[in-house]
Amino acid sequence: MAIRTEPFILNMGPQHPSTHGVFRLRATLDGEVVVDVEPVIGYLHRGIEKLAEGRTYTQNIPFTDRLDYLASMTNNLAYVLAVEKLAEIKIPERAEYLRVIMAEMMRIASHLMAVGFFLNDLGAMMTPVLYMWREREKLLDLFEMVCGQRLTYNYMRIGGVSHDIPEEFLPALKRFVAEMPGFIDEYDQLLAENEILLVRSKGVGVLPKDVAINSAASGPVLRASGVKWDIRRADPYSIYDRFDFDIPVGSAGDCYDRYWVRVQEMRQSVRILEQAIPQLPEGEICAEVPQLLRPSVGEVYGHIETPKGELGFYLVSDNSIAPYRFRIRPPTLINLTALKDMVIGWKVADLIITFGSIDVCLGEIDR
Amino acid sequence: MTIALNGEEIAEKIGRVSPGSVVAADKAAVIVTNQSLYQVAEFLKNTTGLDFDYLVDLTAVDYLDYFEVVYHLTSLKHNHSLVLKTRCYDREKPAVSSVVKLWRAADFQEREVYDLMGITFEGHPNLKRLLLWEGFVGHPLRRDYL
Amino acid sequence: MEIERYEVPSSDEIDAAETLRINALKEASQQAIPDPDRWLEEELRRNVLLTTVDYALDWARSRSIFPLMFGLACCAFEMIGSAASRFDISRFGMDIFRWSPRQADLMIVAGTLTWKMAPAVKLVYEQMAEPKWVIAMGACAISGGTFRESYSVVPGINHIIPVDVYVPGCPPRPEGLLYGITKIHKKIGEESIKTS
Repeated sequence: MAIRTEPFILNMGPQHPSTHGVFRLRATLDGEVVVDVEPVIGYLHRGIEKLAEGRTYTQNIPFTDRLDYLASMTNNLAYVLAVEKLAEIKIPERAEYLRVIMAEMMRIASHLMAVGFFLNDLGAMMTPVLYMWREREKLLDLFEMVCGQRLTYNYMRIGGVSHDIPEEFLPALKRFVAEMPGFIDEYDQLLAENEILLVRSKGVGVLPKDVAINSAASGPVLRASGVKWDIRRADPYSIYDRFDFDIPVGSAGDCYDRYWVRVQEMRQSVRILEQAIPQLPEGEICAEVPQLLRPSVGEVYGHIETPKGELGFYLVSDNSIAPYRFRIRPPTLINLTALKDMVIGWKVADLIITFGSIDVCLGEIDR
Repeated sequence: MTIALNGEEIAEKIGRVSPGSVVAADKAAVIVTNQSLYQVAEFLKNTTGLDFDYLVDLTAVDYLDYFEVVYHLTSLKHNHSLVLKTRCYDREKPAVSSVVKLWRAADFQEREVYDLMGITFEGHPNLKRLLLWEGFVGHPLRRDYL
Repeated sequence: MEIERYEVPSSDEIDAAETLRINALKEASQQAIPDPDRWLEEELRRNVLLTTVDYALDWARSRSIFPLMFGLACCAFEMIGSAASRFDISRFGMDIFRWSPRQADLMIVAGTLTWKMAPAVKLVYEQMAEPKWVIAMGACAISGGTFRESYSVVPGINHIIPVDVYVPGCPPRPEGLLYGITKIHKKIGEESIKTS
């Protein structure tokens, strides 16, 4: 006897345990199989682009913190690099090295969270997250030593950085860098051969290479699909061309590859830190920049590789103290474009982990 | 290094294929007319040697006389980039053709430009508001809002 | 036997219904709801005699509050940080963060609230059973924070739901949140079976 079924719409969110913020997903389901998916966003839309037109260039730096709140240092860095490109400011060497050190520490912290919450979505309720939180707390202590804040740093300035590092910072960082590879090995030992992780994420949520390029995916999502594109290599900014590091590239483009790329990137970040710390020179930490900066008329698009993807700022200036147009290119919103292709035909549980493996941050999607 | 291609050389190439479409070109960007936007985009994507397969950013700026829709394009194969722009002089009902069929990345970004600036993209399959709710009155990112 | 057809509403209908809810809530929330702080008044304290039953009841209620995870933005990560192993919130008896409002007593709203999200907050608050308390964590929840002048941000969650404790900071440290929780304990300790 054939049973006739009808599709129904399941509304997930905006307040839901397995979302990474206030994200709403309207899934049309036929039984348990996903037929259609419609993401609804905008529940955290704070109007940053409009507010930024009324504030000076330096006053906009705290706004950039609150975009991807798990990786504030790299957001700051993207914005100040764009402004320095527009106003043609040269920054001192010590500031460059400090920026790279902060950015790579931030990358490790953000990937720890990404991997931890991906495992949370898989069902390993809180155990991996709390293990990774232990390492993240060490990193947050280091950040607090430098700039006094644990989450939204406001550390970079146009022309350099805002505070110099205290004496206790470098020994503590060296200790952290020495023990971190051991901790990543510990996670690998627990997770890499884990049968549940392998069965549930290998082959699930596949993003083919051509779809990834056409949907302008970036960051680990693009690299897991087999495209070797990292802005630190393709269009080097700051002093990344002086360091020796690999770019991990996946092959299948499934959830397991995205998880694997992030773990490998943590190892590469530790490698960059090991090279940067001995090379740190003495000197000034910030160039002489007028308090009310007036760049000349023009526009610029400055982009960097954040842990989530390619974050870009498109700034248009009309020679006044505030930007005329402050556009943020959000990596996670554009990575979400291909979500529908990745989940149609799979079940509800696979939908949750595919969404978790893209690693979104709602502050950046909604701005 | 990603090389930013010279707008004037590209404008010349475009001019040979579809004459009359380039309005202005300087070192940084190429500005084309509204009507020829889709053909120029197709030309830039499909020609070997240019191969702009990656749409990095799609946004709009409100200069009070006109709206300018800006496309940042990159080629992953050749590692070069280009800025393509088009202008809409209509203030009441600005409209531009959509490039969703060429680059899927334009999907959410065009919806956001419609939501915040009010520019309609013809040919977009699902042009609804993205970040604000349906009944919101006005387009906040315009210069004359509030 | 007639089988009732379930009409699947289209996306547009769902959007239109949402718009009506948001606009109605926006009209109704232009003034802030006054804080329930009668417990601080001296006269009330003198008139209420706490009996042993009250003492036992307040002790039981305050030592095992179930918080509701309502993290909206950046402050959510400091809230999760207070639940992690370093700033252990489970020494206060609150380690399981419930996601269902029916099982929770304390709603910690952490992050910026926008008008689009406001009906959801009100719905979740109404689903919680009495007695219930609300903590507003972070500058954005208290008054809109840096985003106060924006066109889409609610200037403080006390326009939508009554708030008991405000924890300032951007974001507040986990110790700040724990201090706010001790204030909630104090508030619960002052309640009598007659007034609650």
